[in-house]
Amino acid sequence: MMEFLDIFLNESFWTASLRIATPLIFGVLGALLCERAGVLNLGIEGIFVVGAMAGWMAVWMGASLWGGVLVAALAGAAFGLLHALLTVPLGLSQHVSGLGITLLATSAASFIYRTALPDVKSPPRITPFQPLDIPVLSDIPFLGPVLFQQTPLTWLALLMVALVWWVLARTPLGVAIRAVGDNPDAVAAQGLSVYALRIGAVMAGSALMALGGAFLTMSAFDAFFFGMVNGRGWISIALVIFASWQPGKALLGALLFGMFEALQVRLQTQAGALVPSQIFLMAPYVLSILALVFVARRADYPRALLKPWFKGQR
Amino acid sequence: MEKKIILKLSGLTRRFGPVLAADHIDLELREGEVLALLGENGAGKTTLMNMLFGEYIPDEGEVLVRIDGELRPLPPGQPQAAIEAGIGMVHQHFALAENLTALDNILLGAEPLMSLRRNLAPMRARVERLMAASGLKAPLDERVGAMSVGERQRVEILKALYRDARVLVLDEPTAVLTPQEAESLFQSLRAMVAEGLSVIFISHKLHEVLAFSDRIAVLRHGRKVGEMATADADRARIAAMMMGEEIAPPERPPARPGAEVLALEGITLHGARARDRLEDVSLSLRGGEIIGIAGVSGNGQSALAALISGLRAPERGEIRLEGRALRRISPREMIRARVGRIPEDRHRDGVVGAMSVAENLVIERLDDPHVQRLGFLRTRAIRENAERLCRAFDVRGPGVEAPARLLSGGNIQKLILARVFDLSPRVILANQPTRGLDFGAAGEVGRRLLEARERGAGVILISEDLDEILALSDRIFVMHAGRLHEARTRDRARIGLMMAGHFEDETAWGGGLTAQTAGEARP
Repeated sequence: MMEFLDIFLNESFWTASLRIATPLIFGVLGALLCERAGVLNLGIEGIFVVGAMAGWMAVWMGASLWGGVLVAALAGAAFGLLHALLTVPLGLSQHVSGLGITLLATSAASFIYRTALPDVKSPPRITPFQPLDIPVLSDIPFLGPVLFQQTPLTWLALLMVALVWWVLARTPLGVAIRAVGDNPDAVAAQGLSVYALRIGAVMAGSALMALGGAFLTMSAFDAFFFGMVNGRGWISIALVIFASWQPGKALLGALLFGMFEALQVRLQTQAGALVPSQIFLMAPYVLSILALVFVARRADYPRALLKPWFKGQR
Repeated sequence: MEKKIILKLSGLTRRFGPVLAADHIDLELREGEVLALLGENGAGKTTLMNMLFGEYIPDEGEVLVRIDGELRPLPPGQPQAAIEAGIGMVHQHFALAENLTALDNILLGAEPLMSLRRNLAPMRARVERLMAASGLKAPLDERVGAMSVGERQRVEILKALYRDARVLVLDEPTAVLTPQEAESLFQSLRAMVAEGLSVIFISHKLHEVLAFSDRIAVLRHGRKVGEMATADADRARIAAMMMGEEIAPPERPPARPGAEVLALEGITLHGARARDRLEDVSLSLRGGEIIGIAGVSGNGQSALAALISGLRAPERGEIRLEGRALRRISPREMIRARVGRIPEDRHRDGVVGAMSVAENLVIERLDDPHVQRLGFLRTRAIRENAERLCRAFDVRGPGVEAPARLLSGGNIQKLILARVFDLSPRVILANQPTRGLDFGAAGEVGRRLLEARERGAGVILISEDLDEILALSDRIFVMHAGRLHEARTRDRARIGLMMAGHFEDETAWGGGLTAQTAGEARP
């Protein structure tokens, strides 16, 4: 029992939780932004893969690390644009288009990888982002390592939480995005463009998703391999509901999942002999499902989510 | 003194497929004038206004607005341009984001989109000045989703005023309001018109049009068929113009009541809201009679309707159908007992919009061997049934295979009538059967109910329209605060008093306050 409590007292647990949460923070924020504008983006899983691939490959081909981040974001935005064009002006099913984007983006990443590196057995490595070691702050006991030994991308993720919250809550653009996800007619009747708002929100959201992928190849690991995204996109979609479409709660949800995951690894090593390790692997997902069951029952969906809107048809 | 023309519609035309929804319509509006636009459903009123506001692009014609002293054409298909020219539109189905506050809805699109901060104080002060000047009050920091219909409408109008509207277009503004709310709306509008605002309002309530407008334009089948000063107009003439013929109220031959078909005995329903409660309601309906139930909406009518539809079971009391007490109460039982239901919200509860007209017509009798055999639908029989019923009940639309949501409100009601009558019902519950319908369709509903009565069915007619109750009912009850009282009079004023909770008999006195609180309708 004491051993169990020790896990939580150890700073490495919290460091790991925040690290594991980082790609999810990007993912949930991205999905949240799309859904607040009324568009479900199931392309997220594929956009993660594309972001991971594009960022890493840009760096491998000679770009700087931040250059790679930019390339990943642009690649995500491009797939977001495709999804938006299909679902917003053309009004296709958001489910079908999103799943299509995931298949397309995953295959495209694989195709580019194979074409660029035809004979490679193990993927080439890059020098990833290093933890930000800030002299005095990093030495604060406990908080220091947890917060100040993270890589810049984790900081970017936290910054994005604040930014998305600010934009949605405090700017006219945010008001318009929330309105277009609730009642596009209200937006159109006030002379704003429903299409522009939705396409813009989906592109920005997709760029955020791609950053989640880029974190995997440029921060958590140092190379791209297949299967590394491993459902993080789908988890993000679920966490949006858990977060009730609010950035602050999105951060909380991502952290909670990160903690489950970090806990799982530690319990495995401690009690591995007694319980099959698969049980622990399953734990974060089971806990997420349970959390969702309780939260989602009261979920207040954006009213226009999934509903196409066409100009000139009231 | 002749006032300046502020808005001119010239030859506006719009086709939807083969249908001419608007056919070369010309209209003029002067400063400080109230123009009423009258017409049946589908006459082209809303299409015309949507072209005016740039939501539809006209096939022909143009909209001219006085800008800087001269009439200039508006670019077609751009609401933004219409807003900038001072045209404010209040849609029948409000264009409000329910997750935003009233203030955010008013400011939406009025502030520059790309800025990192909002300077709310001066904007809020301006909205408050507008509220004070117009008398339209709304709680600015409340989410629209939590507001009553009346408040939402005031937010809609404030939105237009905030954008400096000089011309306000109101599409059936009172359709969703209680009489009290409607009166206060007209008071505010009168004050603003005195300040120079021009108003176009669409309605099919004649008494409003006569009381409030300066000029009346009548549309029929997409064409303007008449225009007159309100001072020269009278009801009969306008109605004739709208219909294209003189209309007579339906004849109501003397009733020949038969045996009791439906009895309610001391029914009590509990509920969180007043509108969901019934208290000790008793009623005996005989075959061959129509019982009208009058009352301000929200006094328990929906609870009564839910009870007779089989949607709610009473906490106390008994329901008898043809003398037999009902033990299990469910919609299915009610259909089996041949209770025909015409629901209040025909779009939501009356049809499944995505299913075809033919399917909607058989939806209440899927176990009928004429409809299915061994669990397989008999599609041809279903289609023939639909074609027969659509002919008999004059249901017009894109065909029996088309989804029901494509039908107009009047035709959906005819579809429901056809389904109810095809059941040869012994009891018919008609809840607000003519709400939102035009003269023609409403008259048809009334005739059909009388026809059912002739055939020996008992009809319960719940309506807010006292004229309708008086025209069709053999006996009149008034519903107030969950209780039902027989009126025993056909005097409008006395029934009106009862609707407000003043009863001459001993049973229930002193509900006068409840009538007002219940009057604020919530969606």
